[in-house]
Amino acid sequence: MKMKGISQAIAQGIAQEMERRNDIVVLGEDVTYWGAVFGFTMGLFDKFGRKRVVDTPITEQTFMGMAVGMASVGLHPVVSLMFVDFLGAGFDQMYNHMAKNHYMSGGQFPMPVTVITAVGGGYGDAEQHSQVLYGLFAHVPGFKVVVPSNAYDAKGLTIRALRDPNPVVIFGHKLLTGLPFLPYEGEEDEVPEEPYELEFGRAIVKTEGSDLTVASVGVMVHRAMRVAEKLRKEGISVEVVDLRTLVPLDEETLSRSVKKTGRLLIVDEDYMSYGMTGEVAFRIQSRAFRELKAPIQRLTVPDVPIPFSEPLEREVIPSEAKIEAKIREMVR
Amino acid sequence: MKRIVIHMFLKPEPTVKDLKGLVESAGLTLDQLLEMYYEMSLIREFEEAIGAKYYEGKNPFNMASGPIRGEMHLSSGQEAVAVGVGSNLRKEDVVVSTHRPHHHAIAKGTDVRKLAAEIFGKSTGLCGGKGGHMHLFDKEVRFSCSGIVGASFPQAAGAAFAFKYRGEDNVAVAFAGEGAANHGTFYETLNAASLWELPLILVVEDNMYADSTPKSIALATPHHFQRAMSLNIPSYLVDGMDVIDVYLATRKAVQRARSGGGPSLIEAVTYRFRGHFEGDGQEYRERDEVEMWRLMDPITRLGNRLTKLGVEKERLEERRKKAKEKVDEALKFAEESPYPEPSTALTGVFR
Repeated sequence: MKMKGISQAIAQGIAQEMERRNDIVVLGEDVTYWGAVFGFTMGLFDKFGRKRVVDTPITEQTFMGMAVGMASVGLHPVVSLMFVDFLGAGFDQMYNHMAKNHYMSGGQFPMPVTVITAVGGGYGDAEQHSQVLYGLFAHVPGFKVVVPSNAYDAKGLTIRALRDPNPVVIFGHKLLTGLPFLPYEGEEDEVPEEPYELEFGRAIVKTEGSDLTVASVGVMVHRAMRVAEKLRKEGISVEVVDLRTLVPLDEETLSRSVKKTGRLLIVDEDYMSYGMTGEVAFRIQSRAFRELKAPIQRLTVPDVPIPFSEPLEREVIPSEAKIEAKIREMVR
Repeated sequence: MKRIVIHMFLKPEPTVKDLKGLVESAGLTLDQLLEMYYEMSLIREFEEAIGAKYYEGKNPFNMASGPIRGEMHLSSGQEAVAVGVGSNLRKEDVVVSTHRPHHHAIAKGTDVRKLAAEIFGKSTGLCGGKGGHMHLFDKEVRFSCSGIVGASFPQAAGAAFAFKYRGEDNVAVAFAGEGAANHGTFYETLNAASLWELPLILVVEDNMYADSTPKSIALATPHHFQRAMSLNIPSYLVDGMDVIDVYLATRKAVQRARSGGGPSLIEAVTYRFRGHFEGDGQEYRERDEVEMWRLMDPITRLGNRLTKLGVEKERLEERRKKAKEKVDEALKFAEESPYPEPSTALTGVFR
């Protein structure tokens, strides 16, 4: 079926797994009437009722901790962290327990928890509601980090997460949700009705090219693809790689692409320092050093918070214009 | 004089007649009481033996040296809380404990050999040496703990949620100190547990000090139980140096939880005889105060009661001896066990 946006796809994936298995319980703020605000749990309340779709008090620390306890006795909680920006209120239970209990217990307590959170800016929600922050999760051992860019991937990766015995955090970009109250930067996708899963750690080449590789995730994949389309007409051939998951990271697909093009630009909506761009650059230089024709470059949010006013926000979040300029600079 | 001071906030010691009535109303047999005596002795012997071993190779004091590395938080003095609660639990019930976890683990039924081996960082330990003293996990008896203060409340609530969701009559217990109960997770969990009628029992072990901070300067009221009551949770303030008092309150709380009635809170007034951690200078309390509380030693107290009830001293000594032997054997096992292969450090992040 044709689907606009990742929210419906994620919700459908959860619903199909919930129909099959009783061990899945959805919890978080506003997960019933409002479908977790960004639609990731839409329709589940009607299908499964309050017993399995649980609105919690506004207590991130406690519902994250409850997820740890639920997982320890065999449930698979799906937890909504409404905005990733709220992780500060619940992060202790996530990074000190959810991410570590399997390791600390010598393998006795797997932590099958799926956390779904809304990320990203570009619609004027400012410093505390526009971040992506997946770098923080990817930095701590124990989380798998999923950043879908389209509905097909979102459904397959969500079902994969629900079958994973480890904590998986799915970062859904607000500009890809397809909800009527937000801008939409994705395409319409063909999404199979039946359940299917996509492996983690498999990047995908979205647009083939020979002069330069752009590596990215989420909404930036779409911006890069539109720039690639534009530059193709001028004879600049850009390959766009959607990493899809940051943990595990598919170094193989990306380094194969970089060995072919000899140039790599990493585009990211997270903060610049000590984040995804530095990590990906390090891994690729160590695998494709000889084939690189130019230093690896990056385009990210410079190390400032996301400001409110439109021209200020545009200045810091990587735009198509900035991606284009950077590519031109690199292939010159 | 010292006893009088304590009796101002704990209950007076019952006469033989009242004691018999108390034991009867608790539905306890002498054998059960003797078993509690053994369990508490086992914990005490374990803690004191670990305490002694901990200082080996630590002169001058250095946490990184000796056979037991890192921090060490021992529970001597608090045995009645763990055993009074644990005696009401089944293997399928969940216990989530704290940075001071040994007494809770032993009372839940963890094998002391594996427990000791984990504390020594050995491959035969509960977690293969990955967790250590503050991060003990035993899936066999559904025990876990966390070194992060205040973390136990929501985790136990999550397990309780799962039990209720699946229609099982198991209960979950969260242990925490009176200091941890100042954490936001305490109030958040009380609210959620009451709202959803979770089979949860929150046990606040009030040992008067949050690390070095006396309760008097960290808590706006003398107790926490009324905070739970404000959320419609039945709450018990009990003598944490009296295993029967803890047992009685827990029995009611467990009955309520198993029958679908919802959560309860037990606040047990107790005392730790040793420092917050080994090496603690204890500048924050008077020597006299510790001595005063030692007069209320829960093991001696139960022993005296058993004697009053007609149990021969030899039977008590025999239990104490058995406990010591078991601990000696556990420490020997731990010391003789091999360390884990270094390469295992790189495994097990993900399942």
